[in-house]
Amino acid sequence: MALISNGTTIFDAGSMASGLGGSMVFIKKLTASGSATLSFVDGSDGVVLDDTYKEYLFIFKDIHPSADNENFAMNFSVDTGSNYNVTKTTTYFQAYHNENDSVTALGYSSNKDLAQSTDFQYLSNSIGSDNDQQTAGIVHLFNPSSTTFVKHFISRFNIANSSEYTVDNYVAGYGNTTSAVDAIQFKMTSGNIDAGTICLYGIS
Amino acid sequence: MGVISNGTTLLDAGALDSGIATGDMTLISTSTASSSATIDITSGIDSTYKEYIFKFIDIHQATDGADFQFQVDTGTNTSYNQTITSMGILSYHQEDDSAAALGAHSGSAILHQETGFQDLGRSLGNDNDQSLSGELHLFEPSSTTFVKHFMGVINEAANDNGTNQRFVAGYVNTTTAITRIRFKADSGNIDSGTIKMYGIK
Repeated sequence: MALISNGTTIFDAGSMASGLGGSMVFIKKLTASGSATLSFVDGSDGVVLDDTYKEYLFIFKDIHPSADNENFAMNFSVDTGSNYNVTKTTTYFQAYHNENDSVTALGYSSNKDLAQSTDFQYLSNSIGSDNDQQTAGIVHLFNPSSTTFVKHFISRFNIANSSEYTVDNYVAGYGNTTSAVDAIQFKMTSGNIDAGTICLYGIS
Repeated sequence: MGVISNGTTLLDAGALDSGIATGDMTLISTSTASSSATIDITSGIDSTYKEYIFKFIDIHQATDGADFQFQVDTGTNTSYNQTITSMGILSYHQEDDSAAALGAHSGSAILHQETGFQDLGRSLGNDNDQSLSGELHLFEPSSTTFVKHFMGVINEAANDNGTNQRFVAGYVNTTTAITRIRFKADSGNIDSGTIKMYGIK
């Protein structure tokens, strides 16, 4: 049954009419607890990662590694999570400042970007494992279901790093595939994700 | 028909009541390019929101190496020639790993009290799988007191087969309310792509 007010459909077929609700729609929250990986797979456990939205937003809070100086990374899948090995070309730069004020700088990190590589892409590097240290940030993923274009992503994280720096981290690039990306996995490149949450939103 | 629950109006006259909590990011319009010389958004930019976000989804241009640009205008004017001062940053990396660097924009990529179009993406590739995606924030366009700040971040597949992340920021140096925005390629058409405009409460 639809609910129509003054000629305007408010609700129909189990959902609110487009434009009446907010445009940032919560989809799924994953919580790390000594986790080797955290994966969002379309069609699994309530995850939507398909042509429902043209943009997806991941928000990372208090991602804490199990070991000091670890790197938080991601990869895409085009086979609903059977393999996380999409070819990527990416950029990586950082602005940083240490707690004792002896170093501040902005620079490109040529050893952390990827050139047509299927490796996991670092989003944060050298994260500290002190009890109060972690990394937090966002990843925008554009039109992952396209079968025409590469898959652009844009991320920004801040890191409490293992050498007592704050690091403002910018990573972007594209998955160089025209297959639909239908899953994404996050992990530490060594050790586990001790704690933290990742929330997935669709932008309608 | 209105819907009232426990004395509170939930919806009436075809709209949710303003007191009902919804998201604070509201889709206003969606524009789809189809060999378009320009994409003009001429309604919905007013004092309703203090911030507007434009999302670019897989903008694909007809001409290899063309730039993707914007300009704004006031009232019902169609000149799209407001004075802009801007700055930008580029981070790039070639697919063959031959070059990667970070640097500030210069030259024609930025404007200094100029009325030309502001580049958001530059030297885009037009291979079938190449495109641009990203977003542009425009702050309080309806102000009649202040300049109008904007900030954009883009990722693009460049015509020399690399990835470029661009940051563009600046202000439209006018105290007249901005009511419209135009997007175009500096050469040829926008072959395909989607531009969504959101208001932020």
